[in-house]
Amino acid sequence: MLAVENLEVVYNEVALVLRGISIEVSDGSIVALLGANGAGKTTTLRAITGLLDIHAGDVTKGDIHFDGVDITDELPSKRVRRGISQVMEGRRVFAEMTVDDNLKAGAYINTNSAKVKASYDRVMTMFPRLADRKTATAGYLSGGEQQMLAIGRALMQDPKLLILDEPSLGLAPLLVQEVRDVIVDINSQGVSVLLIEQNANMALSIAHHGYIMETGKMVMDGDPKKLLKDEDVKEFYLGVKASGEQKSFRDVKHYKRRKRWLS
Amino acid sequence: MIPDLLILAQETTVEPSQLGFMVVNGLSLGAIYAVLALGFVIIFKATQVLNFAHGALAALGAFFIAYFATIINIPGRWMEGAPGWLQWSLSVVFALLASAAVGMLLERIFLRPMLGEALFAVAIVTLGIDIIIRTITNDLIGLNSLPMGDPFGLSQIGFGCEAGRFLGSIDLTDVCTVRVPYTTVFQLSLTVVLVVGIALFFRSRTGIAMRATAWDQETARAQGISVGRIFALSWAIGAAMAAIGGLFISMFPRRPGGVDTFTAFFAFRAFPAIILGGLDSILGALVGGFAIGFAESAASSYLTFEFLGTGFGGVVPYLVMLLVLLIRPYGLFGTEEIRRV
Repeated sequence: MLAVENLEVVYNEVALVLRGISIEVSDGSIVALLGANGAGKTTTLRAITGLLDIHAGDVTKGDIHFDGVDITDELPSKRVRRGISQVMEGRRVFAEMTVDDNLKAGAYINTNSAKVKASYDRVMTMFPRLADRKTATAGYLSGGEQQMLAIGRALMQDPKLLILDEPSLGLAPLLVQEVRDVIVDINSQGVSVLLIEQNANMALSIAHHGYIMETGKMVMDGDPKKLLKDEDVKEFYLGVKASGEQKSFRDVKHYKRRKRWLS
Repeated sequence: MIPDLLILAQETTVEPSQLGFMVVNGLSLGAIYAVLALGFVIIFKATQVLNFAHGALAALGAFFIAYFATIINIPGRWMEGAPGWLQWSLSVVFALLASAAVGMLLERIFLRPMLGEALFAVAIVTLGIDIIIRTITNDLIGLNSLPMGDPFGLSQIGFGCEAGRFLGSIDLTDVCTVRVPYTTVFQLSLTVVLVVGIALFFRSRTGIAMRATAWDQETARAQGISVGRIFALSWAIGAAMAAIGGLFISMFPRRPGGVDTFTAFFAFRAFPAIILGGLDSILGALVGGFAIGFAESAASSYLTFEFLGTGFGGVVPYLVMLLVLLIRPYGLFGTEEIRRV
């Protein structure tokens, strides 16, 4: 469904941020994209959704296909119409507007009012807490509620592919669980999901396939169960040593050792 | 009928009420400033552009109205039997469409390339646009003022008039306690219609998209909203509102002769109202417009001492603005964290 091939992105015509990455999201699957800060995860998202231009970024090589169509140079609005929706990092709700109006803004591309109503009802049954706070100003919602609103807003577009950028960011463990369940629920309704995360445990526990990025390159990919067992993934993303004991910063000079994945 | 007798007995003592005049005049001025401020605020809210060309757009819009209604008589020439007010209203609609088209064109040519540039740089661009439009408009208008051709003329409604006539249409020569020009009634009702219309618009699909764009352009794009189209639309609405403001200015009792080269300067006087209300608030535009209108009207009615001269009313809007800004630098209803020029 989504095929990113050999993608290279340059910011401000000098900073090479993505050095030829390839991702594939097959129909109806959940794909996890992991990586530390600055690895280029959000840049990948921007390239897929077409929001690079306002960040002075350019795709200099490679292409992005969606359902067999080359969308590398398409306008963002057209990509949304094709069925690619995103939940941006940091929720980004329209804080001054009510919950209802946020959802209506999400449904902008949908001019069929019966369809909008159906999507709206679906979001309301999925997030009962939003239903209780329909007329509340979005900026006054709690962090968890705002995340639900951001996901609901994307769902109003009736997407085929939903891309979530760090939906667990800044949420309490119980809420992270809830977000995870919501993602599984959305996927079970036939929506493919590309999940960009730093919380490797959460992402790999639900994904059908996982990718790991570092400084603009894809360093590993494969079955999430295998990734979870991988020594390096364990050490760098889950904070567990090979023997299984909890790692403490006191006994490792972590910063002195730089892992080179490809050597 | 006792009041009748009283009036008859004191036939010559009917005195025009200064307070009444002040209120009616304030309402008329307030409607002008409020409509101009509304157009400005819509453009600023959606696109973050301080549009200093608003006054010029008002004059251009008024010229369009004069052009369609009195010069080429479109669509009146094709509908001879139709009542005059209908012909005139349709001409105004045509003129508003022309103004909206100019607004969209300006946005596309001058402001789209400035996307992402500093707020003040874009504001300077609008100053340039102001000069261009003002020059062209002045050339189009020529030396004489062009009448609006509106059906209201100089007619007025009189209250407490001489000769026992308490209410009704009157001549200019009648002596009344309070006179309300038809144009003032028209201005006020149109302002109300516009405000209600804008409130409804902001609840519609496109209106919600505009508010979303105003709040966060990147996220709006992520929802599939075409930000460029929203910008064009807000300029179209803003320019049409400016044209209505220009029409209000070019009517009795402000400038009964119609639009002339002074109209753009007059429209510039709406800026205190805009800043008083806060640059980005619709409610602020309304309150600011009428507050400044009343302040100016009151000053011209009551502050006519010799040493300040009779033109003191024209200074008062700026004084009120300065006073309010000292206490609330972001205006009465403005958002606090707005970056200012």
